[in-house]
Amino acid sequence: MSRIDVRKTYKLYIGGQFPRSESGRSYVVNDAKGRLLANAARASRKDARDAVVAARAAFGGWSGRTAYNRAQVVYRVAEVLEGRREQFEAELRAAEGVSSGRARAYVDAAVDRLVWYAGWADKITQVVGNANPVAGPYFNLSTPEPSGVVAVVAPQGPLLGLVSVVAPLVVTGNTVVVIASEQHPLTAITLGEVMATSDLPGGVVNVLTGSQAEIAPWLASHMDVNGIDLTGVADPALAASLEVAAADNLKRVRRPAPDTDWLAEPGLDRMTHFLETKTVWHPIGV
Amino acid sequence: MTPTASSTASTAPGLGVLDDVVRSDSSLRRFLHGLPGVDQVGCEARAATLATRSVKTTSKAFAIDLAIRMVDLTTLEGQDTHGKVRALASKAMRPDPADPSCPPTAAVCVYPDMVATAKQTLGESGVHVAAVATAFPSGRAAMDIKLADTRDAVEAGADEIDMVIDRGAFLSGRYLDVYEEIVQVREACARPDGTSAHLKVIFETGELQTYDNVRRASWLAMMAGGHFIKTSTGKVQPAATLPVTLVMLEAVRDFREQTGRMVGVKPAGGIRSTKDAIKYLVMVNETCGEDWLDPDWFRFGASTLLNDLLMQRTKMTTGRYSGPDYFTLD
Repeated sequence: MSRIDVRKTYKLYIGGQFPRSESGRSYVVNDAKGRLLANAARASRKDARDAVVAARAAFGGWSGRTAYNRAQVVYRVAEVLEGRREQFEAELRAAEGVSSGRARAYVDAAVDRLVWYAGWADKITQVVGNANPVAGPYFNLSTPEPSGVVAVVAPQGPLLGLVSVVAPLVVTGNTVVVIASEQHPLTAITLGEVMATSDLPGGVVNVLTGSQAEIAPWLASHMDVNGIDLTGVADPALAASLEVAAADNLKRVRRPAPDTDWLAEPGLDRMTHFLETKTVWHPIGV
Repeated sequence: MTPTASSTASTAPGLGVLDDVVRSDSSLRRFLHGLPGVDQVGCEARAATLATRSVKTTSKAFAIDLAIRMVDLTTLEGQDTHGKVRALASKAMRPDPADPSCPPTAAVCVYPDMVATAKQTLGESGVHVAAVATAFPSGRAAMDIKLADTRDAVEAGADEIDMVIDRGAFLSGRYLDVYEEIVQVREACARPDGTSAHLKVIFETGELQTYDNVRRASWLAMMAGGHFIKTSTGKVQPAATLPVTLVMLEAVRDFREQTGRMVGVKPAGGIRSTKDAIKYLVMVNETCGEDWLDPDWFRFGASTLLNDLLMQRTKMTTGRYSGPDYFTLD
């Protein structure tokens, strides 16, 4: 007797849940050879709105955790990803048509990237913070604080690109609404499953799949979003209009970077870009 | 009849056919227990069906403005200060300082000792001051204290009095006691110049156990001359729910059919989002009709609801999503 296929429905990842798009829409995702791979949810502006509400709700708790604890959680994401590597390798081979060696290299790099950023969580303050010399009897201390809710347009790379833009925001205490690659959304949702099972509180990372041209303008103009990372925006006209919309509430904007080599060592600027510096004057000898 | 219009307080509310009902405890009980029972499943299903209506674009803009005009902006905390009440009163007059086209709320709702402060800030703005009296929220105090509480609030300038019924008496079947209590408080709402403050009667439906009891309490309060019937204090869970409000709306509709007098309804507590508020408005329109779609006849007792209404309003006027950072914390 033949067994019936258990087909997977790819949904969104919002607030720790996997809801269908509010609009009920979906779109066809093809593999590298143009054959049907699966249907993915096509998020609407209302899903983006819900994701921002979830990210805002999660921000207080997540940014209030100790940096050490955030490191532990992100490391745990790396552990769980490592444990499910066969699934990710298979998805990468199907989606991008890469060889198994290449797929393994990408998953290796994604896991290593998470571990690398996890290590930075409790060190970034020492590197970019400072005890400033001032002319007076005060301690003058500058410390970095997370910007808040950051919207991210993820680059086309299905796994490594996504991990490389989300991890630096999460370790510093921001919460994230990410629009996954339109072409390769499935791995992003599988990564959502990894995050949902690795102690990352619901709402810290929210994954939307669908058309970036449709959703990104709503996030760029959203008054409750504090920053937007346009890394994955390929169309210069769209990027310019998003930047204009983001100016309304002075969001921090990170410009598109279409040719980034995601395998290279990333540096700190993805973390520091969405940090605010708080400086405190404290009297000496009281 | 608006809440500011004069209305005479008298022991005989002029109920016509219902006059005999309140002559004795037994006749009142016979009447209240003779009311048709509420079909619990049917009522909940009806409320759930009405909640699925989709209200968009111009209708939504209308609903949001109407809901803002219906809000009784409430602060009932032990930690209330005069400063907070002044801030709340200012917000009631100009809910969205960035947009002059935003209407004011119906009233601010405060404890009696804060009435004078609220009145001073509101002045002649047309925003009413509602005061919770009669040993709110439990209602457990001697009758003369409750009446003194009410008179104090009216004297301080309250336009509306929100009283709580004695749920203990109601649940143990002493309906005439509850009736007389409401009548006495209504009389205490009278001002020296012959006008009187409007009386809202709070049932605390979360403590009444059944929909049948809510229907009985509604009729009891309406017969006793309450101008509004209100679901809850906001201090007990569950507070206002759609089915409970549906039962009360049906009661005011039937009461008008029988006596010709209109009574308002105020759900309070637990209504936090614009979506919820619009569900209530749909239910009012479908149950009682447009006559009740007016701040004089339907109110929302709420505090956080207003900010969500303002955010939705801003979204509709600017075309972009707004955030809580742009509205006051209260």
